[in-house]
Amino acid sequence: MNAITETGLAQLNTPSADLVVQALLARLPAHCVLSRTEDTRPYECDGLSLYRSVPMAVVLPETEAQVQAVLKTCKRLNVPVVARGAGTGLSGGAMPHAQGVLLGLAKFNRIKSIDAEAAIAVVEPGVRNLAVSEAVSQYGLYYAPDPSSQIACTIGGNVAENSGGVHCLKYGLTVHNVLKVRMITMDGELIELGSLAPDSPGPDLLSVFVGSEGMLGVVTEVTLRLTPKPALAQVIMASFDDVEKASNAVAMIIAAGIIPAGLEMMDKQATLMVEPFVKAGYDTNAEAILLCESDGTLEEVADEIRRMEQVFERAGATRLQVSKSEAERLLFWAGRKNAFPAAGRVSPDYYCMDGTIPRRRLGDVLKAIQQMETTFSMRCANVFHAGDGNLHPLILFDSNIPDEVRRAEDFGAAILELCVEVGGTITGEHGVGMEKINQMCVQFSRDELDQFLAVKRAFDPDCLLNPEKVIPTLARCAEYGKMHVHGGALEFPEIPRF
Amino acid sequence: MKYEIAQLSEQVLEARANYRPVLIHGGHTKSFYGNQYLRSSDEPISLDMRSLRGIVNYEPTELVLTALAGTPLQEITDTLEASGQMLAFDPPAFGAQATLGGCIASGLSGPGRLGAGPLKDYVLGTHLLDAQGRVLKFGGEVMKNVAGYDVSRLLAGSMGMFGALLQISVKVAPKPLQTLTLEWECTEAASLAMCHGMRAHPLPVSASAWELVGHRGRLRIRLAGAPAAIESARRKIGGEVVNEPESSQYWQDLREQRLSFFMAPHLWRVAVAPGTPALNLGPTLIEWGGGQRWIAADLEPGMVRNAAQQAHGHATLFRMGAGKQAPEQGVFHPLTPAVTTIVKRLKQEFDPKGVFNPGRLVAGI
Repeated sequence: MNAITETGLAQLNTPSADLVVQALLARLPAHCVLSRTEDTRPYECDGLSLYRSVPMAVVLPETEAQVQAVLKTCKRLNVPVVARGAGTGLSGGAMPHAQGVLLGLAKFNRIKSIDAEAAIAVVEPGVRNLAVSEAVSQYGLYYAPDPSSQIACTIGGNVAENSGGVHCLKYGLTVHNVLKVRMITMDGELIELGSLAPDSPGPDLLSVFVGSEGMLGVVTEVTLRLTPKPALAQVIMASFDDVEKASNAVAMIIAAGIIPAGLEMMDKQATLMVEPFVKAGYDTNAEAILLCESDGTLEEVADEIRRMEQVFERAGATRLQVSKSEAERLLFWAGRKNAFPAAGRVSPDYYCMDGTIPRRRLGDVLKAIQQMETTFSMRCANVFHAGDGNLHPLILFDSNIPDEVRRAEDFGAAILELCVEVGGTITGEHGVGMEKINQMCVQFSRDELDQFLAVKRAFDPDCLLNPEKVIPTLARCAEYGKMHVHGGALEFPEIPRF
Repeated sequence: MKYEIAQLSEQVLEARANYRPVLIHGGHTKSFYGNQYLRSSDEPISLDMRSLRGIVNYEPTELVLTALAGTPLQEITDTLEASGQMLAFDPPAFGAQATLGGCIASGLSGPGRLGAGPLKDYVLGTHLLDAQGRVLKFGGEVMKNVAGYDVSRLLAGSMGMFGALLQISVKVAPKPLQTLTLEWECTEAASLAMCHGMRAHPLPVSASAWELVGHRGRLRIRLAGAPAAIESARRKIGGEVVNEPESSQYWQDLREQRLSFFMAPHLWRVAVAPGTPALNLGPTLIEWGGGQRWIAADLEPGMVRNAAQQAHGHATLFRMGAGKQAPEQGVFHPLTPAVTTIVKRLKQEFDPKGVFNPGRLVAGI
């Protein structure tokens, strides 16, 4: 609890688990409250299993009023609350607080209404991302943000993380596709942010709420903007014999005035890993492949694919392959979307990073990561949302080998700090959570971090909602500085930092 | 630039120490917008951002432009134009003196918002001069960034209530390969039905406008995109072609509110949910597929706000005639009590003494 006290946000006298469970049972049906360790342990981590912590209790409310009751009770008892959707997050954002309550929203899984003409859907936070697109498909619509975990991840989690996906270059992130959110603050106050109208009066609180990693309020309902399905989508798979050439091809596509529906890159390490698993027909001789998608009317796609092919030829592509059917298009994408499970097949453990960099530094950063593989004696496969500069290096390691976890974490930290150095950010879409909290000290000044805390206090004055995540304390940054800067010298000086 | 920023910072600190409000401005082109500060006895300090001028970074292949707040909007649009790019949210300038800072702080999007989305969707990063005279940096120059809260988007459209924007990074877009404007003679109701009917279809509609021209009224729709897409859309929706240069001139005049409709002294802006029928409040011009309704009439605020609220939206007294008194609750739609609480706390955290643009966006805050 020290961590919070340092910021002046007193967190005193956490009540006993028994008392908290009794207070919750007074407000919720018994089947909604889990407190035995064998019941709460399954909730000890999210998709980032490196970080674990068993909560005092797990509550699974079924109504908005019950969510309100949980928050009011916890506020009164000064108990931290962590909200959780499907638990697919990759930064430990839904890791429980050991002295707190985990609030699971899995039972909020109804699609409340669909207005096909207005292209709007109102859903509960526990609805899976893909379930929305499936439900509206009959109207020729879909929900555009498509994180790779879309078969499992939920809309509430997407709102918390501002999730992206492979199509966000053209169709935007979660924040661009959410019109309105109904949420409950830690005070138990029900608030609607955003509007069905094009905008709302006052400062735009919805924008700051989306991507706030469950620290400002608990979502109970989301109004989504749906997108008309294009008549056709086709994807080009382009091979390159050099990573740099592939990176340049990305810039050339943008320079040609084309905004592809998706533009992804995989390096050789990644295609070699994925191909035996998915059999997508990837060119495993290429140093890098690009997947570049065009969508629209039949004529439009034909025209754009032609222009894309011309650009890739000029950029020195060694092989071009255009999907000939919807099945083939999905197969090309399946390889990309299954990069993580494929990593799980070739390596006992893997660690996925999520930095974003200016596109023009793609080649440099890739080369630097290659050198780091030698420095840390670990393999790293690279998949990217190349179109928007979002990198997902997958560090492959074995937690059974002593020291490998620590080295994998250091490798990851070095990659993120490199991203900041070239003018990028430590997280493009996975969030800071627990995982990247130290790197926040690298990316932001103390004043800026304090301002984030100020935003949090405006929504949650006692800082009880998902506390100790995302925004590092002064002490943590000082500690991290000590760890990484030895007498003013950077650790791993052999890594070129340009 | 360090010197100019230090000077601005000093002005803020001085104002704060002497309990004087700070009114931020650029080229004064949007000074009519928002609640006016009338207590001249407080000796407000005007913070002129035009000393900060220039494009800091522009790399067309990155689709990002970074410029200082006082940079003329015209300079930015000219620079983008030379590389075949644009600000897709199509911001109104309301005069040659308009600056990027004022454009972002006011949060106003133009006709192109229908196809491209609102201004806030294009703000990637900001530098803010806060009430303690510090420079805080939020966001950055990359497309995807979820490190910390997205304060930059909060600042877009905040009318300077949290501090003065010093520098802004905006996402830019390639200009469409082609545009085509089509028009129909039709009533307000028919045009609303037609625009609403297009929402759920993949048509390259980038702007729409209905106004009472001629007997029944006239709907104009601008298509933008690849020639093939425009051709197939045109076959689907029909309409008469409006030739160049008339069509370009029309969309520009609409954005800059130079059409004769906008000559009326009073102008309400009502934002409504999709599918909202005609409001029947007075002379009307409709944009954004029905989402934005301009009403050129001196209306009783309570009545307009009621109508807006019933349409799940809100109403703003955008402009008013000389000598008219502003509504008691301000020109913007009042916030709900729960939202007000959070906005008050945010203001308290960013600007505890309330020096920046008091009441301009939210009356009393």
